[in-house]
Amino acid sequence: MDLTTLTYIVVGLTFALYMGIAVWARAGTTGEFYSAGGGVHPVANGMATGADWMSAASFIGMAGLIAFKGYDASIFLMGWTGGYVLLALCLAPYLRKFGKFTVPDFIGDRYYSRTARIVAVVCLIVASLTYVIGQMKGIGVAFSRFLDVDYATGLYSGMAIVFFYAVLGGMKGVTYTQIAQYCVLIFAYTVPAVFISLNLTGNPIPQLGFMGDTADGTPLLIKLDQTLVDLGFAEYTAQKGGTFNMMMYTLSLMFGTAGLPHVIIRFFTVPKVSDARKSAGWALLFIAILYTTAPAVGSMARLNLTNTIQNPEFAVGDPQANLEYSERPDWFKNWETTGLLQFEDKNGDGRIQYYNDQNPEFAAKAESYGWEGNEMVKVDRDIMVLANPEIANLPNWVIALVAAGGLAAALSTAAGLLLAISSAISHDLLKSTFMPNITEKQELLAARVAMAGAIMVAGYLGLNPPGFAAQVVALAFGLAAASIFPALMMGIFSSKINNTGAVSGMLAGLVSTLVYIFVYKGWFFVAGTEMLPNTPDNWFLGVSPEAFGALGALINFVVAFVVTNMTAPVPKHIEEMVESIRVPKGASAAQDH
Amino acid sequence: MSFKSEDDKKAYWRRNINLMKVLLVIWAVCSYGFGILLRPLLDNIPVGGVGLGFWFAQQGSIYVFLAIVFYYAKKMRDLDREFGVDD
Repeated sequence: MDLTTLTYIVVGLTFALYMGIAVWARAGTTGEFYSAGGGVHPVANGMATGADWMSAASFIGMAGLIAFKGYDASIFLMGWTGGYVLLALCLAPYLRKFGKFTVPDFIGDRYYSRTARIVAVVCLIVASLTYVIGQMKGIGVAFSRFLDVDYATGLYSGMAIVFFYAVLGGMKGVTYTQIAQYCVLIFAYTVPAVFISLNLTGNPIPQLGFMGDTADGTPLLIKLDQTLVDLGFAEYTAQKGGTFNMMMYTLSLMFGTAGLPHVIIRFFTVPKVSDARKSAGWALLFIAILYTTAPAVGSMARLNLTNTIQNPEFAVGDPQANLEYSERPDWFKNWETTGLLQFEDKNGDGRIQYYNDQNPEFAAKAESYGWEGNEMVKVDRDIMVLANPEIANLPNWVIALVAAGGLAAALSTAAGLLLAISSAISHDLLKSTFMPNITEKQELLAARVAMAGAIMVAGYLGLNPPGFAAQVVALAFGLAAASIFPALMMGIFSSKINNTGAVSGMLAGLVSTLVYIFVYKGWFFVAGTEMLPNTPDNWFLGVSPEAFGALGALINFVVAFVVTNMTAPVPKHIEEMVESIRVPKGASAAQDH
Repeated sequence: MSFKSEDDKKAYWRRNINLMKVLLVIWAVCSYGFGILLRPLLDNIPVGGVGLGFWFAQQGSIYVFLAIVFYYAKKMRDLDREFGVDD
């Protein structure tokens, strides 16, 4: 059977499964639509959270990011998992006890302020929409690359599936499809990793193979370091960026992870406060399976990529070792046609020279060999996962599985984000702010319309991605870290912070983070409006725009405390509310006002 | 809420906060400490040819995070029962 047919079958089967679940898990009440009726088992919720959290970027992009950044990519590994410690210890149990449907619900009630609620809604929508663009692109790309359909058709198919289960089932439908999607994506991620680890190190567990020895007895990572240095690249395991920036970047990702509303609302679906604590552990376990495999995949794929275009009879870096272009392996040819891999024979010798032509110390050596620049002119980092099974000579069904896994990762995250957006609109804007008199039935209808609308907007943005799409993911984490996370923390751990303090703090965190990003990346990402070059020498304390969220959060905390001390104290009933959320007893299913 | 006394309520919250403090210190030491700041020191202990600091940055810290979250869930369950506020 040829690869395309096989891929159609595997992807078709997973889609049929999602549709079946959608029909079975229809939502009949707002409680089911917003929080799946509050009856999801903590382990099941952990799995759903795993799929909710792990996006197209985690599945397709992260291993490639690690492959090319080496040690410095540790910020993503620690940042995107360490945030769950904050979520589990500081947020999830208390927000679950509070027992409402959305994150702006908590902020609006705790700070007894309509303004606070609306600021929270705006942050939520901006953060979630920027994030969803990437998922839509992931769906389009996966379809076009694996199923031979064009990008737009792929995107429409993805939208139709999400439309079906998210509009019908709300959180209930999304939860049960996410569980299925988690199983598909984790299987698809680990199977190639096991084979590759076995090939390179003889150890079937990638986490151990990563730290193990290769066939000739050299440790894998040492071999990779040597190979890269021989080609003029920096050592894989060496630190390249500044230490303070690395710490701030990690902290921003942790705060952002804990503050992203689409993850938080998942914890409103479990029955009890103690379940919310446990469920965060299960979520992290299911996420850790992929996140501890990713550095193994990244390093092994980088080594494989480099070695398969070298003649093994000669030492790496020896001009004789460069493979003849006409003898290039099949995977190379396949991925050249997608444009993700590009070769240009700069010196016309018919051989592939892959080296770092930006390294001045290596230039003399390259010149003496007659090399005229790196000839692998494009190596898209997504290739590290997408082409991995082919580079390692794995059977076709594994490749088909990777396609289904990438789609599952993108669909599950898109659905979670769209649910956060639609509930913020129908619940926080309509029901709680502008049209408090609508009935539950009308609200449920509004929630479905808002969901359909959000899918259309996300689809439009996926088809016409704004030029700054790649930049805005940093924005999503920065916003969540600097505005939502501190507001939630202060709301739980201090009963003194008042309405004016919280609103001023959120706005200060939001504005400072936005301004810092815009100064280096252009106002509203318009090219040419940058005020300072985006290089480490110009950064404040060496902190990059992506890493500023942690400092924005600090500004938020300080402003909130200062303003609170200058304005009227919080009313008695709010202090009592804060005390009651600190105690697990008496939690009921998430509910309306 | 059903604490026996105001003192109980305070004691419960204080013990929760103390447990969180200890666990968050471990959280920070394993990631920011072992993985980043103290890496040069820890890399003197060889693991997989590279060193313990690198291992903490790309593997170990995640395992520690997992242990922290499950330990907290268990400890809090015990604390809830002790004060009769479990759900």
